[in-house]
Amino acid sequence: MATTVHEPPRIEERRDRPRVISDSGNSGPGTLVPASGDFLAVKDYSPSPSSTAIWVLLASITMTFAAFTSALIVRQGSSLDWRHLSLPRILYFNTLLLLASSFTLEVARRQVGDYMREQRNGNAHAARWLYITLILGLLFVTGQYLAWLQLRAQGLFMATNPSSSFFYVLTAAHALHVLGGLGGLTRVIRKFNRSTLRKTTLDATSHYWHFMDALWVYLMLLLWIKL
Amino acid sequence: MHHLSAREAQHLKPASFIRKHIFSLDHKVIGKQYYVLALVAALIGMVLSWLMRIHLAWTNYPIPSLHLLSANGAPGNVMTPEYYLQLMTMHATIMVFFVLTTAPFAAFGNYFLPIQVGAEDMPFPHFNMMSFWLTFSSLLVLMSSFFVADGPTLGGWTQYAPLSAVGSASGPGQGTGVVLWATAIGLFCIGQLLGSLNFITTTLDMRTKGMSMWRLPITVWAWFITSVMGLTAFAVLMPACILLILDHVAGTSFFVASGLVLNDQLLPHSGGSTLLWQHLFWFFGHPEVYIAIVPGVGIVSHVLIANMRRPMLSHRVLIYSMGALAVLSYMVYGHHMFVSGMNPVSSLAFSFPTLVITIPSTIIVVIWMGSIYGSKLRINTASLFALGFVSMFISGGVSGFFLAQPSIDIMLHATYFVVGHFHLVMGVAAIFGIFAGTYFWFPKMFGRMMSETLGKIHFWLTFVGSYCIFMPFHYLGIAGNVRRYQAFVDDYTQPLIPLHRFITVAAILTGLAQLIFLYNLIHSRFWGKIAPDNPWEATTLEWSTPTTPPPHNNFGDKLPEVFHDPYQYGVESSVGDYVMQASPEKVKSAHDEA
Repeated sequence: MATTVHEPPRIEERRDRPRVISDSGNSGPGTLVPASGDFLAVKDYSPSPSSTAIWVLLASITMTFAAFTSALIVRQGSSLDWRHLSLPRILYFNTLLLLASSFTLEVARRQVGDYMREQRNGNAHAARWLYITLILGLLFVTGQYLAWLQLRAQGLFMATNPSSSFFYVLTAAHALHVLGGLGGLTRVIRKFNRSTLRKTTLDATSHYWHFMDALWVYLMLLLWIKL
Repeated sequence: MHHLSAREAQHLKPASFIRKHIFSLDHKVIGKQYYVLALVAALIGMVLSWLMRIHLAWTNYPIPSLHLLSANGAPGNVMTPEYYLQLMTMHATIMVFFVLTTAPFAAFGNYFLPIQVGAEDMPFPHFNMMSFWLTFSSLLVLMSSFFVADGPTLGGWTQYAPLSAVGSASGPGQGTGVVLWATAIGLFCIGQLLGSLNFITTTLDMRTKGMSMWRLPITVWAWFITSVMGLTAFAVLMPACILLILDHVAGTSFFVASGLVLNDQLLPHSGGSTLLWQHLFWFFGHPEVYIAIVPGVGIVSHVLIANMRRPMLSHRVLIYSMGALAVLSYMVYGHHMFVSGMNPVSSLAFSFPTLVITIPSTIIVVIWMGSIYGSKLRINTASLFALGFVSMFISGGVSGFFLAQPSIDIMLHATYFVVGHFHLVMGVAAIFGIFAGTYFWFPKMFGRMMSETLGKIHFWLTFVGSYCIFMPFHYLGIAGNVRRYQAFVDDYTQPLIPLHRFITVAAILTGLAQLIFLYNLIHSRFWGKIAPDNPWEATTLEWSTPTTPPPHNNFGDKLPEVFHDPYQYGVESSVGDYVMQASPEKVKSAHDEA
């Protein structure tokens, strides 16, 4: 193993906040809100654990839904009892809602960015878009619930047919993840109102949210083609 | 979740007992909690294996007080066939999930990964705490199945469908027992996913100044690679468990084929795929084997290097090989299904990577052997257990060559040959890794030394005992002794009974030898010799902490800065034949001069 030796040490004393790893050689958490709590002072950001974590999390969610998908394909291919299931119409409307919420969140994210860069005064606009996103998300989950009610009214329950089983499992698994995203959005809004929001937090939340959006479009296609 | 910030990583030192020792956010406390959990689980699993072994060797011999464990399962203290299978399932589940996955990965990883990368803690300490408590609840849920009416599930840790999915009609424990099992494993998966999230982000984002990826110790690489595997493997097992639970509670037919008649009754299920479970399970199941062993590979390399006083022949090739194991582990899972009615072409497709995966394993072993050869290895308990690991890894690995080939596997499948193979390579080897880690890191974790004399006695008894238990398994398998049978009544198995008795005696004695370890552990914890900061004269950051055990934030006022590759042994420096990673001293290694 090659020896690598640095110049003699220049171990810096910690500055104002003794527990901040501000001089880590790598991409440590460099995006902390200053002790004063003035979040305008946070102009920019470097990669932080939450930016990495969100991709790690999305990778594992991808694996989970890949497993569900392969289960669906194997189950459909191996059986003679598969019945076609017409998707409830409301799903198309729900899809539009979720797509719209991604759009509004992106608007909010840009406005927060402008606000952080002091190109915009007041945070009312950004907050409004965040609230709209939250409402659209809630409407989506409600819409999914209505879709289940519609299926139930048609006499299609979880155990009725493999196609209805997979419909319930996939939509419920997705809805649970969306609820998690709504929790994240609520947290973002609370932090934003208290001026303790970090850009990385918002970015991570919006990555998650857009992923839920893309995942839903994928699931819609899968259900539409396969069920 | 993802907004839990680094700010929270720098949590304040807890004041109350509960926040300090129970619901702690400190990775070191969580690591110790995982260790204790694994220790308790290992003891439970070991006692279960004793009961099974006694039953196998003396089938109708009453085991005193067994009826206390289960009135239905042991009338007159003699185990029923079903109860044997229930104990076997619980033994395997507890050992695989709560010992082999928990101790080398979650316990040592939690404690040492942040310290070895030079961080104050994991970036998401709340997730870390949740991860432990989910694992703990998972164990409770699993153990609770001992206390439901017909006991725990008897389907084996692989829970093959349709047996696992048709409910209590297929045997005791197959109703509630399976639901509890699947719930426990589902919780365990979430716990491991949260843990992996922390391990990956700590390795990538929390490294201190100067700690590049190639300067990470092998242990960190091993834990990092394992968490990547865990992240993808457990994310597949969880949906499988959900579907299994739904087959039980919601009346769905994911895994139960149509027209299945059980106890003269036609089951209402229709059209499910029994092979689907096997695919989903083994897609997790084979990487799981490497999740259990790769941290051991890391720990053992780390321990060996410190005791050989020189780095491995190739630091990078060792790491690449661990990475190759991880990648290949996803491509080989079909070899568990050679006799499950798979297309012969698929068998071939899975056989090839299964043989290929022996290449990185062999490279790792060759690097170990080549590095040990000619080194003045310091013999202590930790290095002995590391050597024991190498021995078990080779012995258990060699039988893998046989099983990788479908034509031979068809003969040996579901015999004791397979049982011997995976117990050596996955079970005993991983446990030797845990012991090596324990004897090596105990001084840092508790500030006291363990007794070397007791440690060496423990090693030799365990080493010889393990071979006495598991080597004969191979002969039994070749003789055609099928696994998962609760008694051997066929003519051809009669001559094998004395061997079974030998194994049982060896298992009990080897198990009792673990009491020496337990005594050593507890006694040294309170009354051991006070440990110096760096008893093994090792180089990595865990030995650079200002106090032993490390303070709450690991490094006190200043984070360390890293100036060297992880294993600078065999050099001349002011402290001896090594230079620590955090030491700015300029040295030339013997390697450079050569």
